[in-house]
Amino acid sequence: MDTITYFKDRFEKLQGQQLDSRLKSLRDDAFSAFEQTGIPTVKHEEWKYTRINDFFNKDYHFTTDLKEQQFRSAELQPFLLPGHENANIIVFVNGHYHAEHSVLRSEELEIISLEAAAHNQYAGIVEKHLGHSADYHKDGINALNTAFIQEGVFIHIQKGKTVNHPVYIYNVTDARSGNIFAQPRALVHVGENAQVEILETFATIGADESFTNQVFEIAVEENAVLSLYKIQNDAANSTIVSTTHVHQIGKSVANVVTISLSGGLVRNNLNMVMSAPYCEANLSGLYLQSGHTHVDNHTVVDNRQPNCLSNELYKGIMNGHATGVFNGKIFVRQIAQKTNAYQTNKNILLSGNATVNTKPQLEIFADDVKCSHGCTVGRLDEEALFYLKSRGISEATARSLLLHGFALDVLEKIGSEDVRQYVNKLVTASLNLG
Amino acid sequence: MLSIKDLRAGIEEREILKGINLDIKPGEVHAIMGPNGSGKSTLASVLAGKQDYEVTGGSVTFEGKDLLELAPEERAGEGIFLSFQYPVEIPGLSTTNFMKTAVNEIRKYRGQDELDAVSFLKKMKEKMALVEIDQSMLSRSLNEGFSGGEKKRNEIFQMAMLEPKLAILDETDSGLDIDAIRIVANGVNKLRTPENGILVITHYQRLLDYIIPDFVHVLYNGRIVKSGTKELAYELEERGYDFIKSELV
Repeated sequence: MDTITYFKDRFEKLQGQQLDSRLKSLRDDAFSAFEQTGIPTVKHEEWKYTRINDFFNKDYHFTTDLKEQQFRSAELQPFLLPGHENANIIVFVNGHYHAEHSVLRSEELEIISLEAAAHNQYAGIVEKHLGHSADYHKDGINALNTAFIQEGVFIHIQKGKTVNHPVYIYNVTDARSGNIFAQPRALVHVGENAQVEILETFATIGADESFTNQVFEIAVEENAVLSLYKIQNDAANSTIVSTTHVHQIGKSVANVVTISLSGGLVRNNLNMVMSAPYCEANLSGLYLQSGHTHVDNHTVVDNRQPNCLSNELYKGIMNGHATGVFNGKIFVRQIAQKTNAYQTNKNILLSGNATVNTKPQLEIFADDVKCSHGCTVGRLDEEALFYLKSRGISEATARSLLLHGFALDVLEKIGSEDVRQYVNKLVTASLNLG
Repeated sequence: MLSIKDLRAGIEEREILKGINLDIKPGEVHAIMGPNGSGKSTLASVLAGKQDYEVTGGSVTFEGKDLLELAPEERAGEGIFLSFQYPVEIPGLSTTNFMKTAVNEIRKYRGQDELDAVSFLKKMKEKMALVEIDQSMLSRSLNEGFSGGEKKRNEIFQMAMLEPKLAILDETDSGLDIDAIRIVANGVNKLRTPENGILVITHYQRLLDYIIPDFVHVLYNGRIVKSGTKELAYELEERGYDFIKSELV
């Protein structure tokens, strides 16, 4: 059975079960888009260096096939992030939001299912923002998530409130009894003058194949501040396609830091869409890979209104046979005068077998803008290494100090002290191995 | 403590040091002067163990050990310190962290216990005063955005922290104004003891007004062609390097 037929069977089953859903037509449209485009192959310009279609030749348990009765909260233990006990917890297991494993600690926050949100007072927000990322991803993988939206989550942050506890999202894939294809979906609405900090991670349990195709959409209102930290430190049998779509609909600040430390294959799509004047977007990333892992960061900064500012800084350290991709698009629309957009991507290759493909893509239609971009791919600085060694520092320690120093300015973008120290520890540990 | 015999070294088939002989005893300050391209910095780099240079002949012993057999970090462990002509900028590594690591790695090399945090801070404070640098500079990324003077003061600070037996100062005065030279030289002088040796490599005599050498050697075309006392430095300053060249002819 080919991939499209395989999904079509399941899609029809899902739609048949949920006849009165308001999400039904959104799913219908998405499935048609999927049927037309299919899973992207390396012939697709945006997927040139990242091959995911091979995974679909395998036999996966689809999200609708399995109930995860076996998963218990205690099994989350090895993956807990620092500050877990004080956080609002959202747990997805195999793509489904699990209320029983989740914890709500902040009254400024509401967490309900997407299905429920589509039918209550949030219906307008859901209708407007759910699926907005499809405007930026004309490929089947994004559409596939939307086509199967089911037990996704809607997170609402009340206007004027600062959420006193951070929101932790655990995307768990339970691959203990068969290959899993999981499609977590979330929509976050950050109200006017609200502030929230979100931390998310990915965890695979079990030794079978795990494929997570996540779509996470966030709408940010006037004067709101969003901080999102994404930590990817998953198992070698995991594949992650993680699409994060931040839509700044009012003058607001959005900070996103993506840390990719391990995982078999990781593809991040990060969109910062600035639809109001004077928005600020800060996007940073650190990828530190070894072995045969692959990490791909595709970012889009879309300046749709004048006077927006974006700072983008991605750094990579690649060892072994690891491969990396950075693709940074910056759009400046014709009316988006006085745009300030800065982009930097720096890479260090520690091994002759590691590779990085880096590509800045600027499409500027306004004439009064400041945009800069720069990318480097190089080796560890021998002069610096000698300098450190001449002070009695061993080769291994000198290397890890230099690499840590290289990574530091990305780590410093993590606003939360707890999280920063935690990530710092993970980074230091993996640098010592290298 | 240091004995260099007929040292030959070069880079990519090109011989730069063509048979250097030099002995430094504890407590002595030696100055090596010479025109540009004579091999001064090569000598400093070879002594510190820079891999770019290939040693093609001769020997260097330091307190009885074959120095050329040792890796750069082992040489530092044995007590050799090189103050770089161009200190390298290291983003994301503070001088404090750098020194904490270096001091403890050297202690480890010598079979000593790590310095505890209190003792380390005490030592830092003491040495900071010596070269007139403040805490804020030590918290910044090492040498990044430092002025020439700040970089050289930081080198001498590192020297003070590591307490080497033999310090090699490679063009420590280059690019410094007179005030900065004085601060740097004062720092060096305070570190002089009857036990340690100092090798000052310089193009100009002016640094030697502050760090008074016991011996002055002239390096020319890869060889030490003349040795003497501090008066030789004045003579060079007055007459230029040309008189050496003409003497050789």
